[in-house]
Amino acid sequence: MTAPVLSTSDLVVEYRGRPVVRAVDRVSLEIGAGEVVALVGESGCGKSSLARAVIGIEKRASGSVTFGALDVPVLGIRRRPRALTGMQMVFQDPNSSLNPRRRVGDQIGDGVRAALARGESGSDPREWLERVGLDTSAAARYPHEFSGGQKQRIAIARSLAARPGMLVADEPISALDASTQTSVAALMRDLCLEAGAGMLFISHDLSVVRRIADRTLVMYRGRIVESGHTETIWQDPIHPYTEALLAAIPVPDGAGRLPDTPDDADRLTWTETIPEALERTAP
Amino acid sequence: MSLPTVTTDEIDPGKLRWRRPRLRLGRWSAPLGIAGAAVALIWILVAVFAPLIEPHDPLAQNLPILQAPGHGTFMGTDELGRDVFSRVLSGASVTIPLSLLLVVMSVLIGAALGSIAGFFGRWVDELIMRITDLVMAFPTVILAMVIAAALGASLFNAVLAALIVSWPSYARLTRGLVLSLRQSNYVVSGQLLGFSALRSLWRDIAPNILGPILVLASLDIGTAILLLSGLSFLGLGAKPPTAEWGSMVSDAVQNFDSWWLGLFPGLAILTVVVAFNFIGDALRDALDPKSNTLRGGGLTL
Amino acid sequence: MSILTISDLHISLRTPDGPRPIVDGIDLVLEKGRIHGLAGESGSGKTITALAILGLLPDSMTASGSITLASDAGATELLGAPRHVLGAIRGRRVAMVFQDPSTSLHPQIAIGRQLTDHMRHHLKLRKDAARPRALELLERVKVPDPEGALKKFPHQFSGGQRQRIAIAVALACDPDVLLADEPTTALDVTVQAGILELLRELVDDSGVSVLLVTHDLGVMSAVADEVTVMRSGVVVESAPREQLFTHPQHEYTKSLLAALPGSALEASPETLVHDLLAAPAAAAPSQEDSP
Repeated sequence: MTAPVLSTSDLVVEYRGRPVVRAVDRVSLEIGAGEVVALVGESGCGKSSLARAVIGIEKRASGSVTFGALDVPVLGIRRRPRALTGMQMVFQDPNSSLNPRRRVGDQIGDGVRAALARGESGSDPREWLERVGLDTSAAARYPHEFSGGQKQRIAIARSLAARPGMLVADEPISALDASTQTSVAALMRDLCLEAGAGMLFISHDLSVVRRIADRTLVMYRGRIVESGHTETIWQDPIHPYTEALLAAIPVPDGAGRLPDTPDDADRLTWTETIPEALERTAP
Repeated sequence: MSLPTVTTDEIDPGKLRWRRPRLRLGRWSAPLGIAGAAVALIWILVAVFAPLIEPHDPLAQNLPILQAPGHGTFMGTDELGRDVFSRVLSGASVTIPLSLLLVVMSVLIGAALGSIAGFFGRWVDELIMRITDLVMAFPTVILAMVIAAALGASLFNAVLAALIVSWPSYARLTRGLVLSLRQSNYVVSGQLLGFSALRSLWRDIAPNILGPILVLASLDIGTAILLLSGLSFLGLGAKPPTAEWGSMVSDAVQNFDSWWLGLFPGLAILTVVVAFNFIGDALRDALDPKSNTLRGGGLTL
Repeated sequence: MSILTISDLHISLRTPDGPRPIVDGIDLVLEKGRIHGLAGESGSGKTITALAILGLLPDSMTASGSITLASDAGATELLGAPRHVLGAIRGRRVAMVFQDPSTSLHPQIAIGRQLTDHMRHHLKLRKDAARPRALELLERVKVPDPEGALKKFPHQFSGGQRQRIAIAVALACDPDVLLADEPTTALDVTVQAGILELLRELVDDSGVSVLLVTHDLGVMSAVADEVTVMRSGVVVESAPREQLFTHPQHEYTKSLLAALPGSALEASPETLVHDLLAAPAAAAPSQEDSP
């Protein structure tokens, strides 16, 4: 691929404690423009820590994160460097992503202003509302007047108004009703592709991810155990954890089939490193 | 059918719905709040228009000494032949503006320092909080007395002394509120969009923490009045012949038989303090985020 | 034979603007030895329905209609039943498992005691008689090292194990009906698989009847025998599992399945996005959020 928009090299995130918890264990990844990469795993695997370290909300213990040619600094007292407003984040909880005391249109306007400050083209917040399926009258309203799914779409609109080169989405659909999860995820994909941005989409839900991600990274205990072309991984998982994960998903086809339960012996195999499972390409 | 939504434009005290607050005032807090507001308003008008309404010059010593109320005066006269009623009215124009000024200044200084401490954290936070702790370690009134005595007795110095002991509680409160919102997703989003610290504090944090600060401030007005009156009572504030309620009560101690000398200024202090307390309580109940009769998690200021 | 019958259930919430219907006339029959799934999104009223069965509605809600529990001695009306009747039923004949095991188990009481307390009350067992029963229950739900587990506290177990313990607590007095409110929603998918397997085993082995309340149609598809779909307080469709998933009748059910990856009616992402954008939503502060 051409120069990646986002890349990490041996990224390590640790939390203090006895013993020290290594949430992210030397992860290297690359995401190109217009590429949707999914990061999947169960709770505690470190995917959220990885997302937060990538965007700079979390400190890194070691390793590097670069956005374009720039090193990504940790968000601190100093103002975020202008060029880095090209990397935006969508959070899991739609209820806390918007300032309850400001109008929706003004908040999307913040995104527009960030784009302008970087020399990118401006836009009308109301246009963004339309792009995410909300009526333009929403611009004058306040967040509490909207449902969770709608608030999430507003947050997405704000992030995209900043014309990011990279969108990091941390479980953006998990808090939404099942009936809107796929549509919102697909919408995010469409909008990112349209903008030529890359997207790192973190989720525990593999079924939705299958529909929108070009590549998938499967994470277990801080490490990427399998990665590559999404459909290939789905059809033919190599790593035992990926197999277990896929087999445990209940399929809503009405067949009454119980998903496979991994047993303790199986779980022991999940910590294995299998080089063939990484960087898989389409057949 | 859904519960009524309230936007900031629609905030109308008349539309506030009172759920039964689990506080000692219970369901009386709203009517008491209104009563308090009425009394406070009357006193504020008195403070503003005192020179126009007082029947006598509060400093003129031309009336019969120590006359009980009823013989030509509404509240009697003091040991120097001054009209107590006029002095009480005039006292309002001293105490009330100064107390309000004191609270406003305490809030501004305390909130500013607390915000900086909460937002920037690390050594900035440590430094500011240790200073706060230092001041708070001393008993409020004692410290105020010491400062006022050191600076010399005057109303200005009394206000200054009171200011020095009052700002820390706002700093603490504000810091806590800022900390609770500091990591909120929307604050972080603002930072990711390039907000400066000032912009984050002003746009994202301040509007969402105003409520509790306002409640504390309104409850504090009563304390401020008591503090200033107290300092004056001890001779550390208003100097004679200024008509100030606290010093009037102090003077009344010498002439204990003349009950009207201490009672009326005392009642004045009482009514003003209680009035502001009722307002503060009512505000606190209205802003209770657990109130679920208003959509959007209660009325937030 | 039906073990639990809900007829014309209405539940409304008292608000300052007047009563607001939460459940607006629903009927449901739970057959003995079967798992009946009650599906719906947030705000559909499904959880409130489950709470009503055990008389757990908040004071601000009023209910009317009928909920009867069948037994050899006839049917008992549960809705509006007096305290002593409900007390005899709860835990003994109808038990409940909640979504979050960290709040449904007492954090400061050893699980051995949590298992035996109500057992001793309902079954009048003595301590030494209750203990082996507790061990047996833990074995049944496959909690490792049952002996040691009895003395441990909830925080010493993983999420999945806690849920197994919660199920054991619910089954302690051998109830006829188990109400499960989103029992696996808070769990990882690999852990969820184990709990679903357990539920199926328990029903097949002991004949307990389960009312499974969840928004997750995947879970429904795996374990439910019959499925009832609720929306905004009413029943939209009720059918045997296979029929509902392959030949849904109601538009709402169809739209739910269309949005689900892996269902027979799955719509393409393009169609889903198109539908989302086609009807620009103005503000709608309903409880559309997750359960």
